[in-house]
Amino acid sequence: MLTDLTLAEASAGLADRRFSAAELTEAHLAAIAALNPRLNAYITLAEDSARAEAAAADAARARGEAGPLAGIPLAIKDLFCTEGLRTTAASRILGNFIPPYESTVTANLRRAGAVFLGKANLDEFAMGSSNMTSAFGPVENPWKPRGDAAAKLVPGGSSGGSAAAVAARLALGATGTDTGGSIRQPASFCGIAGIKPTYGRCSRWGIVAFASSLDQAGPFARTVQDCAILLGAMAGHDPKDSTSADRPVPDFAAACTRSLKGMRIGIPREYRAPGMSGAIEALWQRGLDWLRAAGAEPVEVSLPHTKYGLATYYIVAPAECSSNLARYDGVRFGLREEGTDLTQLYERTRAAGFGAEVRRRILIGTYVLSAGYYDAYYLKAQKVRALIHRDFTDAFGKVDALLTPTAPSAAFAQGANMDDPVQMYLNDVFTVPASMAGVPAMSVPAGLDADGLPLGLQVIGRPFDEETVFAVAAAIEREAGFDARPAIRAGVTP
Amino acid sequence: MSLDPATVRRIARLARIHLDEAEVPRLQDELNSILGWIEQLNELDVADIAPLTGPAQMALKMREDRVTDGGIRDAILANAPDRAGEFFVVPKVVE
Amino acid sequence: MSYVIEGSTGAWEVVIGLEVHAQVVSQAKLFSGAATAFGAEPNTQVSFVDAAFPGMLPVINRECVAQAVRTGLGLGAHINLVSRFDRKNYFYADLPPGYQISQYQHPIVGAGVIEIELGDGSTKSIGVTRLHLEQDAGKSLHDQHPTKSYIDLNRAGVALMEIVSEPDLRSPEEAGAYLRKLRTILRYLGTCDGNMEEGSMRADVNVSVRRHGEPFRTRCEVKNVNSVRFVMQAIEVEARRQVEIWEAGGAVDQETRLFDAARGITRSMRSKEEAHDYRYFPDPDLLPLVLDEAWVATLKAALPELPDAKRRRFMDEYGLPFYDSAVLVAEQATADFYETIARGRDAKLAANWVMGDLFAALNRTGRTIETSPVSAAALGALLDLMADNTINGRIAKEVFEAMVDTGEAPGAIVERKGLRQVTDTAAIDEAVTAVLAANPEKLAEYRSGKEKLFGFFVGQVMKAMAGKGNPALVNAALKRQLG
Repeated sequence: MLTDLTLAEASAGLADRRFSAAELTEAHLAAIAALNPRLNAYITLAEDSARAEAAAADAARARGEAGPLAGIPLAIKDLFCTEGLRTTAASRILGNFIPPYESTVTANLRRAGAVFLGKANLDEFAMGSSNMTSAFGPVENPWKPRGDAAAKLVPGGSSGGSAAAVAARLALGATGTDTGGSIRQPASFCGIAGIKPTYGRCSRWGIVAFASSLDQAGPFARTVQDCAILLGAMAGHDPKDSTSADRPVPDFAAACTRSLKGMRIGIPREYRAPGMSGAIEALWQRGLDWLRAAGAEPVEVSLPHTKYGLATYYIVAPAECSSNLARYDGVRFGLREEGTDLTQLYERTRAAGFGAEVRRRILIGTYVLSAGYYDAYYLKAQKVRALIHRDFTDAFGKVDALLTPTAPSAAFAQGANMDDPVQMYLNDVFTVPASMAGVPAMSVPAGLDADGLPLGLQVIGRPFDEETVFAVAAAIEREAGFDARPAIRAGVTP
Repeated sequence: MSLDPATVRRIARLARIHLDEAEVPRLQDELNSILGWIEQLNELDVADIAPLTGPAQMALKMREDRVTDGGIRDAILANAPDRAGEFFVVPKVVE
Repeated sequence: MSYVIEGSTGAWEVVIGLEVHAQVVSQAKLFSGAATAFGAEPNTQVSFVDAAFPGMLPVINRECVAQAVRTGLGLGAHINLVSRFDRKNYFYADLPPGYQISQYQHPIVGAGVIEIELGDGSTKSIGVTRLHLEQDAGKSLHDQHPTKSYIDLNRAGVALMEIVSEPDLRSPEEAGAYLRKLRTILRYLGTCDGNMEEGSMRADVNVSVRRHGEPFRTRCEVKNVNSVRFVMQAIEVEARRQVEIWEAGGAVDQETRLFDAARGITRSMRSKEEAHDYRYFPDPDLLPLVLDEAWVATLKAALPELPDAKRRRFMDEYGLPFYDSAVLVAEQATADFYETIARGRDAKLAANWVMGDLFAALNRTGRTIETSPVSAAALGALLDLMADNTINGRIAKEVFEAMVDTGEAPGAIVERKGLRQVTDTAAIDEAVTAVLAANPEKLAEYRSGKEKLFGFFVGQVMKAMAGKGNPALVNAALKRQLG
């Protein structure tokens, strides 16, 4: 089945003319038509433009001008502005916003020849760890616990639609964004690979902002190598983003085959949190054994401020979001609720347009920045952030990469953790520190828990050393031999 | 630090988000639960630590002073919920 | 004599600080590539960044930074090699992102000083607290519709320098002198055109009053006053308002007020009534602004001669009095015009001509120094005709008027009108003889001791010679013939 191919296999098949981009895209559109009504992985489908892009990719190939992703069908997280294609951020407040511009990352992918199947569902404004906060409804995780086909699990979040689409074979790969774990945690929950590159590796221009100092785009795919290929096309310096790094983009795919011989892999002892499930503890240990087998040396290291990462994150991210989301005011685009005066227009528009979690974070952010509280919350958080950053710098003086679990649990049921925001936030406990430090981190599927649900391991690297991250993740992928597939996927209707 | 209902109303007003009075108690609880959990940072002494705004360790790049944008009024106004000719429109503002 | 307001209970001193928003001269905006030109069609100079569309990001304009540095250097201020941009959060219809990018904690320029010149010829140093870069907001038009305001974002994102003074000013006159001096410096530097009518320089005025020797009392901020005259008026009326409140036993509330020029009052701003909490924090879309010391040095080396230095040079080099020098350097173009004339000529005479006849002619014709009907070279040539005795001073005035009217060169006018002065002593003697003969009574009076009549005879002789007699030779001939 064309939808079961990896991205690299599909590229090879297109190059060898074994099938056309049009056929590849049709196969995915058919799978989407069959499964998306149930999974809700896509908010907006782009069938017509996808077919046109596939035809253009075939034509380019016929001319000998095929780009590196020519004809590869992708899902685009609906946080990336796409010119002429509705962009919602999974929020009511953007209404029927049609961006008159294309984000740099998606423009890079288009230039490489990719086909965009549609815009993938997410937590509203990327705020969430379950995809339950989307104004367009939850996404169903295509994985089912063993013996419970009726269970509806979350795909993780915020990039839940992207992860579910790739897992269910509704796209060969997808874009995501990661602010505190929004690529890695859903990758883990959906049994696929996903990488948050170094802050500054991908341009943020044209991506609806959540927390500017943390947001970073990255790819999802079913293999580490596919992620490497996608990131190579997405990344690069962008003069339109002042925080974009002016560095060459290495050959990430080539790094996937690097040997780990002589590499030192850090095991941060603070991640061994009390109450960690046996399955995760065991998987982590297996990961170490695999890396040792691949020639690397495990080293215990300390990241002493790990436990403060989440609390710090829940000051910094809401603070930035409270300011970033001020532009949604009903004046220039998006939803508008009329009022008798300007203030009433603002207050009604924003009350009607933002969902509960977004409102909660805006209020927290407004509070921690407000007069009299700035020093106690925001400034303090920035200082703790400096300590977290220093933890990583110190650790990377001793080791080449870190290995941790991606998430404290496997996918949970839709509706769980909804009453207690703090409990929901704890999903990001292992992913947030790397976000705070801006370092690259990848989740790679490594095994199943007792219920048959996928679990990921997280590889964290030095700033701008995604190559080592890919090398380590690829080694785990090879050693783990993870070949389980979700219950719901293209061609399989349970 | 714990939020009282008046503070919840004040920050909602600052954030320009309308609150129904009935929402206040629940929000107050949720926000206090988050802020209470955040209090754990008080365990740390950070007096001598320089704050970190973001992870990008570089200086600001500057662009040249050239007009490269603008002249796109139709695109700027195309998504506007209300407009009059070449203007965005809001309820009358009294200064 | 210091300025005081006499209240019913005694004298009050006025304490004034100014926050001037000066629009930076640049092609493009501070953080976007849209144009800054004044008077464009609404919303045509707007990028998606300026309109705060989702995902848009700021990128700083190097020239705006350079202009702020030049201004700092021109104010003798400390340049902060590391500064930072913060967000000032508030909702307003003409502020698309819901925040203004400004520099709150770490401005690009620190303390400096401006020397102001007062009417009595004295000078006073006014401290400049800081200068920072920030974005301008758009414009709300309230008069287009009965119940709606219209929003034009052309100005949104244009670079401003906010220049904050110490509360060192003590009278409307000092505030006016400060503004004029600041404007002169900015125009010399080419960092702001100083055009208050077009809004490229606006002032917020902080006013308080106190008894002499007291600590500061509560101040009010009068927003967006857009001319020197209005600033002076606003201070006067606001200070009087505060004196009345204090003297009535009340207390002044710290608040933001608007100056209503038509009614000559200040009034509380309704939209600013609500207590603001701007929630400043470092803009995470931008990184620290780090200036290269060598670049700052390059900018410094390229600064023009500034008004204070020029004024001192005019006093030294041309021997001009303080007042003349100060007037001539107020505009760079005037100073250049003057120097073109003064070089190699009688500098004081040149100053008198520029400040007298030329300024009067510009006033009369509604021209500026840049569009003067008489060029500096032409006025210089006129002075040369006096210096070499081709014409006398009186005729020069006549020639100058003809130059203003016709634009002709002075030499040509002199020749065409036959105004060359007469130095032929025989002709002068002849005219003197005729005048004396025609006025026997006056001659008798003179000879009986009424020597004041000498002037009368000079006038008569000049009149007889159609003004063209060489004054020195006429005097000499008269003296000789009168014995």
